Amino acid sequence: MAVLLTKNSKILVQGITGNQGRFHTKQMLAYGSQVVGGISPGKSGEQVEGVPVFDTVEKAVEKTGADASIVFVPAPFAKDAAFEAMENGIKLLVMIPEHIPVQDSIDITTRAQELGVTVIGPNTFGIISPGEKTKMGIMPNHIYKPGPIGVVARSGTLSYEIAFSLTNGGFGQTTVVGMGGDPVVGQTFISVLHHFKDDPDTEGVVMVGEIGGSAEEEAAEYLKTFGKPVVAYLAGRAAPPGKRMGHAGAIIERGRGTLESKEKALTAAGAQVVTMPWQVVDALREAMASH
Amino acid sequence: MKQYEYLAKGALREHGIPIPPGRLVNNPEEAYQAVEAIGPAALKAQVLVGGRGKAGGIRFAHTPEEARETAKAMLGMDLKGYTVERLYAEGKLDIEREFYISVTTDRNKKVPLVMASLAGGVEIEDVDDAQIVRQWVDPRVGVLPYFGRELAQRLGLDGVLAREFADLVVKLYQIYREKDAELVEINPLAVVDGHLVAADARLNIDDSALFRHKNVELIDEGSEIEKKVHKIGLAFVELDGDIAIMANGAGMAMATVDAIQYFGGKPANFLDAGGGASVEPTAQALDVLVSMEPKVIFVNIFGGITRCDDVAKAILQVRNTTGIPVPLVVRLVGTNEKEGVRLLEEAGISAYSDMAPAAERAVQLAGEGRS
Repeated sequence: MAVLLTKNSKILVQGITGNQGRFHTKQMLAYGSQVVGGISPGKSGEQVEGVPVFDTVEKAVEKTGADASIVFVPAPFAKDAAFEAMENGIKLLVMIPEHIPVQDSIDITTRAQELGVTVIGPNTFGIISPGEKTKMGIMPNHIYKPGPIGVVARSGTLSYEIAFSLTNGGFGQTTVVGMGGDPVVGQTFISVLHHFKDDPDTEGVVMVGEIGGSAEEEAAEYLKTFGKPVVAYLAGRAAPPGKRMGHAGAIIERGRGTLESKEKALTAAGAQVVTMPWQVVDALREAMASH
Repeated sequence: MKQYEYLAKGALREHGIPIPPGRLVNNPEEAYQAVEAIGPAALKAQVLVGGRGKAGGIRFAHTPEEARETAKAMLGMDLKGYTVERLYAEGKLDIEREFYISVTTDRNKKVPLVMASLAGGVEIEDVDDAQIVRQWVDPRVGVLPYFGRELAQRLGLDGVLAREFADLVVKLYQIYREKDAELVEINPLAVVDGHLVAADARLNIDDSALFRHKNVELIDEGSEIEKKVHKIGLAFVELDGDIAIMANGAGMAMATVDAIQYFGGKPANFLDAGGGASVEPTAQALDVLVSMEPKVIFVNIFGGITRCDDVAKAILQVRNTTGIPVPLVVRLVGTNEKEGVRLLEEAGISAYSDMAPAAERAVQLAGEGRS
């Protein structure tokens, strides 16, 4: 089992004829994802990796019955692409681009809430469900394996590091979700944890957080009634205040978003917070055994 | 991107929010003319650091002659590491009360947030929470006048001030939307002769939205080396240690900085070489690290989209051109790992496959850490 993304998800790729779109369509197909169509205005009739290209999401949905879409278009056009997908019935929307204006993200997430659309990202590596052999995202295929651990992360490469250490440590994954590194993103730790809570196959969860905002603090409140073991790693321990650490959202502003505050809240809620990424596996083993 | 005070004030004026009379001053003569025109004024250094006043960045001039002399002293002065290049001359205000108002984005609720307080004039973080009124905006509706009236009522304002305040909230939200602001703040929002005036203002524009604000002056407030790396298009933050760091991806780069500190070392920088950077930008980034003259360089790569052979090629390219005159520690795993490791080994560089021993080794080589 998995959360949000299953083998039945029929996936569109918006921006399929761009470099990124092409490359990752190939990778997604290789992993087993059911990519049923691509969008690239003016290029209908073409194929990418055997996938038919359409001019509009409307036409693609009509012809393929797609219910999910992954967006690769450049940031200035991302809002248009997101709304086109949502207005045409897409229910799972993965927004890969970085540097989407925050106010566009506000508009996207507001509309998504009205329509009941699940938005992953923006500025995310996507979502992967190893047991279902499907993914929507840019993560490397070989580092995951099926198993009982749910992973929810704010950053990409760091989550690869941790997912790979889980795989090598004998912990496969139900689903790995990238929330995204922007200030405003579709998912919160809580919304993803909620899915993991309801998923009978997810036996434990790893959270990968970082400085900035207060998503971790809010999640801590929820964890008190979560009922499954949780290990958290938080990046940015050595980060100075007032500086953006790569991600637009990773910044300690006016005394808010510090690692200490997040660590304290999560620990108080019963999560195992580790200091370094390589400590996740041992902490998880311990947390699972004592649960 | 933070905007200078004079630009923030300009945005307020454009939208009809009252500001004190003021002028941008580039040289002592303009300071003379400014005070001649507007009378006794504050000369305010246009730098993007907090606590300007205490650091000597705000001085008063009562006469044009005094303004010229004061401007001479201020222009070119160093203010917390920034050179003062421009001043903003602003008419002195007889302030009766000081309020606070801002519009910003609430990351958790994913909607705009209006915050206001009658206890302005100090940083809002220092204001007791009970004295702050918060109202969230439905972005589909925006801020209509009733929103401002409700806010004024909750603050306890009435009469002229309540009317002016409600009107100002509407305009401030327009600025937030039209300028793609992360923050637009008036503090203090002064009461002068019974009317509201924006005595000081902050405007931070969302970097990601600059493509649709072509007329915005690009301001990189970083250090010289930070500006240099930002021009390559990479995220870089200068820290005060001596172990230079390169990693791929923002989270990994943060974790790498943390790991160096964990083993007792002092990180010199944060550098995200990109989630999928190719040979050239990676080599450029390494060149910058070399130019910082660190004790050790630590490269930590988990190749997902980034290819390990590309990273190895970049390292060898820099070694064969600029040269790497300090010890180099490389951790390299992931996509095309075998090829990358082989390239490095042929050149006599052995790569680690785990992050922890590699970070520990980098700290050791720098002669730091726990013994």
